[in-house]
Amino acid sequence: MSSGKTGSKIKGYIEIDQELCKGCQICIAFCPKDVISLSDKLNSSGYLPVLFNDSGECTGCAICAVVCPEVAIEVYRG
Amino acid sequence: MRKVYTRPRLLKRVPFHYCPGCGHSVVHRVMTELIDEMNLGDRIIGIPPPGCSVFAYHYFDVDMAESAHGRGAAVATGIKRAFPEAIVFTYQGDGDLAAIGTAETIHAANRGERITAIFINNAVYGMTGGQMAPTTLSDQVTTTTPYGRDTKIEGYPIRMSEIVALIRGAVYIERTAVNSPANIRKTKKAIRKAFQAQIDDLGFSLVEILSPCPTNWRMTPLESWQWIDKVMTKEFPLGVIKDITGKNDAD
Ligand SMILES: Cc1ncc(C[n+]2csc(CCOP(=O)(O)OP(=O)(O)O)c2C)c(N)n1
Ligand code: SF4
Ligand code: SF4
Ligand code: SF4
Ligand SMILES: [Mg+2]
Repeated sequence: MSSGKTGSKIKGYIEIDQELCKGCQICIAFCPKDVISLSDKLNSSGYLPVLFNDSGECTGCAICAVVCPEVAIEVYRG
Repeated sequence: MRKVYTRPRLLKRVPFHYCPGCGHSVVHRVMTELIDEMNLGDRIIGIPPPGCSVFAYHYFDVDMAESAHGRGAAVATGIKRAFPEAIVFTYQGDGDLAAIGTAETIHAANRGERITAIFINNAVYGMTGGQMAPTTLSDQVTTTTPYGRDTKIEGYPIRMSEIVALIRGAVYIERTAVNSPANIRKTKKAIRKAFQAQIDDLGFSLVEILSPCPTNWRMTPLESWQWIDKVMTKEFPLGVIKDITGKNDAD
């Protein structure tokens, strides 16, 4: 509905370590806001990592970090 | 903005060698978080096994001593008796705890050793190439059961937690899974209770964790996480199997 409107308050933000990520896509499956997607650039281990799309919808719920097997995600909330 | 989720302090800053989507990684993270939360970092000693988690000591920033295959409960017994103030856990696969280590586990439980077994059930011998384990499900295809496990020839999936629950020295036994946010949180809580039983000097505790092995199950990571709910929990139901710690809470 209100995706990325100027002035909309960002509640959450995540950082994904592109080198730790193994592209398992578990975070994509569980993110309730659908703001994570697959990159098209391989990392140095040969995996396609995932990217955060900062559309303003992330709530900082940390579900992605709880399920991430590689501990590749850090979550901020504010 | 405030950081609300970061790498656990006791998880070393090295990439895991595990396959994408593997449950071992999730359990390592949950355990290192918990050990820090319970303030056990300087008191805990872990016993990793042969198996995919053989290098657990590369990741846990706590004292660890590798065991021979299946001997975790015996090694843990020695360490605990030498250092009764230590909190001692074994970390064992199903090939380890439910096959070659069955005797050690049952007798350690029967002696009421104040140790905790973390039992990673992924229904295969992961490290050695996905052979049938005692926990392999009926009809499950593995490299040694290419037509599916035939219970008439290969026997039934063994329920170690239920077996150990019959033993008097075992005080806390729960089966959990690491395949969803809720189940991952429950796993952490179960291990907390198991460690607490040991801290309170009550007896043997065991947490069996259903753990995805996408590689040997020939599935995508997500399919393997879903397969635990759809198939594996039918044979291995989740929940508290035994709790005689006298501390069961409302849930
Ligand atoms: C005495 C002995 N026998 C056999 C082996 C070979 N071996 C290494 S790991 C393993 C089984 C691993 O399966 P599991 O315990 O389920 O752990 P996973 O890799 O699935 O996590 C076996 C049979 C060994 N290391 N030592
Ligand atoms: S914190 Fe929540 S909303 Fe934000 S990316 Fe992670 S799972 Fe999605
Ligand atoms: S869950 Fe972790 S490792 Fe898997 S794709 Fe997401 S960030 Fe990468
Ligand atoms: S083979 Fe299975 S248990 Fe072993 S690291 Fe890979 S996914 Fe994990
Ligand atoms: Mg196994």
